[in-house]
Amino acid sequence: MAEAIHEEVHRHPAPTGFIRKYIFSIDHKVIGIQYILLALTAVVVGLVMSVLMRLNLSWPGTNWPIMGTLFPTGAPGGIMSPEFYLSLVTMHGTIMVFFVLTTAPQGGFGNYFLPIQIGADDMAFPFLNMMSFWVTFVGFVVLLLAIFAEGNLTIGSWFSKLGESFAAGSGTVGPIGGWTGYAPLSALGKIAGPGQGAGVNLWIISIAIFCVGSLLGALNFITTLLNMRTRGMTLMRMPLTCWAWFTTAVLALLSFPVLLGGGILLLLDRVAGTSFFIPGGLYVSGSLVPLHNGGSPLLWQHLFWFFGHPEVYIAILPGMGATSHILSTFARKPIFGYRAMVFAIFAIGMLGFFVWGHHMFISGMSPYSAVAFSVLTLSIGVPSAIKTFNWLGTLWGAKIRFTTPMLFAIGFVSLFVAGGITGLVLGQTSLDFFFHDTYFVTAHFHLVMGVASIFGMFAATYFWFPKMFGRMMSESLGKFHFWVTFIGVYAIFVPFHAMGMVGMPRRYAQFGEYEFLKNTHGLVLFVTVAAIITAVVQLVFYFNFFWSMFKGKKAGDNPWEATTLEWNIPSPPPHDNFAGIVPEVYRGPYEFAVPGAAKDYIMQSEPEGGPVGAH
Amino acid sequence: MATVTSTKTAAKPGVGPGWPKPPGQNGSNGNGRSRRFRGRRKFSKDTYRIVVWILLAAILMMFVALASSYIVLSGNPEWQPVRMPRAFMFSTGLILASSVTMTAARRQLEQGLSKKYQGWLLLTLLLGFAFLACQLKGWKQLVSAGVFISGNPHSSFYFLFTGAHGIHLLGGLTALGFLAARSGRVLSGEASEKRSAAADAVALYWHFMDGLWVCLFLLLWLWK
Repeated sequence: MAEAIHEEVHRHPAPTGFIRKYIFSIDHKVIGIQYILLALTAVVVGLVMSVLMRLNLSWPGTNWPIMGTLFPTGAPGGIMSPEFYLSLVTMHGTIMVFFVLTTAPQGGFGNYFLPIQIGADDMAFPFLNMMSFWVTFVGFVVLLLAIFAEGNLTIGSWFSKLGESFAAGSGTVGPIGGWTGYAPLSALGKIAGPGQGAGVNLWIISIAIFCVGSLLGALNFITTLLNMRTRGMTLMRMPLTCWAWFTTAVLALLSFPVLLGGGILLLLDRVAGTSFFIPGGLYVSGSLVPLHNGGSPLLWQHLFWFFGHPEVYIAILPGMGATSHILSTFARKPIFGYRAMVFAIFAIGMLGFFVWGHHMFISGMSPYSAVAFSVLTLSIGVPSAIKTFNWLGTLWGAKIRFTTPMLFAIGFVSLFVAGGITGLVLGQTSLDFFFHDTYFVTAHFHLVMGVASIFGMFAATYFWFPKMFGRMMSESLGKFHFWVTFIGVYAIFVPFHAMGMVGMPRRYAQFGEYEFLKNTHGLVLFVTVAAIITAVVQLVFYFNFFWSMFKGKKAGDNPWEATTLEWNIPSPPPHDNFAGIVPEVYRGPYEFAVPGAAKDYIMQSEPEGGPVGAH
Repeated sequence: MATVTSTKTAAKPGVGPGWPKPPGQNGSNGNGRSRRFRGRRKFSKDTYRIVVWILLAAILMMFVALASSYIVLSGNPEWQPVRMPRAFMFSTGLILASSVTMTAARRQLEQGLSKKYQGWLLLTLLLGFAFLACQLKGWKQLVSAGVFISGNPHSSFYFLFTGAHGIHLLGGLTALGFLAARSGRVLSGEASEKRSAAADAVALYWHFMDGLWVCLFLLLWLWK
């Protein structure tokens, strides 16, 4: 009887139609999976591009017949042109940063697990949540359009009709200015090179749309976390994952509007004839740029990096959260220094807003500002070290269960240290003068922001897959995937440091003409082979992911013997998460190996003192 | 499907000790803070307020970025200042007045005077549209003075600031329209609480748009 009343009052029924259930769903779990699938799609595009770049770097001038067929102008006779290479660089960066590193960790796992972990039945604004995914999706489609507009002559001719700044069909796969789109070349149009017409316009529009989507998401995350925590879920009882998603949402909320503002200015420069980033008397390709004066190209760098630096934390913080969570679970020990972890994650996030100048040391900035930026940058090392030592402290003396998610979490720590340590080198003005725009920088950010974040997401995927789909992923395939990927990424990015120290500049399509780089050819080949192997091994992950969805071993409610709320409910969870019940939380999230307890873990929902039903 | 899983959960309290607690007749569905769990799930007044503050933080960041760009470019030797058109002075007066009427509307709502509340809301709405019309008039005055969006940054900023602010103001006008459409009814209990929370949130947004315009106006007028 009570059950019936309860059903009537509190359950909201699951949608029944296919479209409302799987496509335009307002269920945060479905939206989370949609984000993950979007990232899984985008990452394939980005990965193929990186392999093409490696092919071109290792064997420049080789005829790849398929490239000649697909891109007759950009790769005439199957030989990739330098401009084509540059467009690969640009699109690889853009796709990976925005549509993989920002969507999967936050939009994907955050959406799925933040409400469950705080005991809510959905996000605060489910409809807004659906909008934020579909807006992001449209952003991705627009970015793909840039590939087709520039790479395909027919589609390109449609865009060319829109006006001069939309001139398209240059044969590349998009703009050639890099993911940072530095002005003034990004503000000018076709004159700045192939791909700089419609390619850049679509690129800006795509990113502007993405900004809006992320803002809607951030709005939702923050409100949900502040306002919808369940009984007993105090801030300091939240899993560290929730702290990470919350901090990330704050970063997104405050940094994406700045990029949006910058993007609007850039687009106006291109289509409305304004001069925000274009100075007077500018010569490009030997001719004077008419009708523009009064702008500042450096302004774009400031706006971009004010967003760009928080963005790298947007990518990695959720990985840190997942790593903390998973390390504690499989070390069967409480996380070392929970409070310190919370403050460190917030400190990293906030400091991230004051260090954008370290991307611009060589821009001619005052040495005094450079020192300020440098000191602030190095100070991020403090909270980062706190986190690292706390992770090690968690592992110290533990009886570790080496499951696949645990391996990836440990891999995250390793990569974060390996990539982060070079941040201390690059953060110093004097050293950055030498290393700027070399492969050393590429090595640094790929390890720490790219691969480490991806490892965080792999860990999260293997960890939460049983909850999301009710089945386990294959452990043996997972371990194989881990070891090859782990060794592979080091084999790719450690040599990058050496190349950078030799002075190899990033973004160059070929190095044949440079005498001082002759000796690096062996390394370049080695990296390419490692990259191809690592890329191919990701197929194992994809196979494991989709195969386990249908054929994996059935998972129970709590296969990892973890403590947080999502492990209280069935796998996969019902439509409204807790089936109408209000979860109540009595303790912190990492109560493992509590002395005197019957089991080696105590769930957050377990009341203080006393068995079930004692209350 | 969901019903099946739910009965399973309810029938199997041994998943984790102490879990799940059988829901009482007054059980809530997990929303809101702990003190609200006593009775039925209550509408959380904070939600509107929190989300508007967060939204305003994002909007503020975008305008701070644009205003910083303005200040940076105004230091450029190529900067050519443009005279402030008169229409923008009028519009500033209009939007300031609209904040006053919005405050009056909220006062009436607090005292439960629905009709007067509706009147003040409509007046606010009217002033909002008058403001936008005045902004368009300002554009016309700029164009007839030979100032276009293309060209030197100061002239571009005139159009950019008014345009970007106008788009955000349109959002506020839409929200005001919703409030006005529901203002005639006499409500009580939760519905009334909800309405006054919404009115508070819209007022917050509206005052922010007012203050934002004043800042942009002063920047365009005096910082050149």
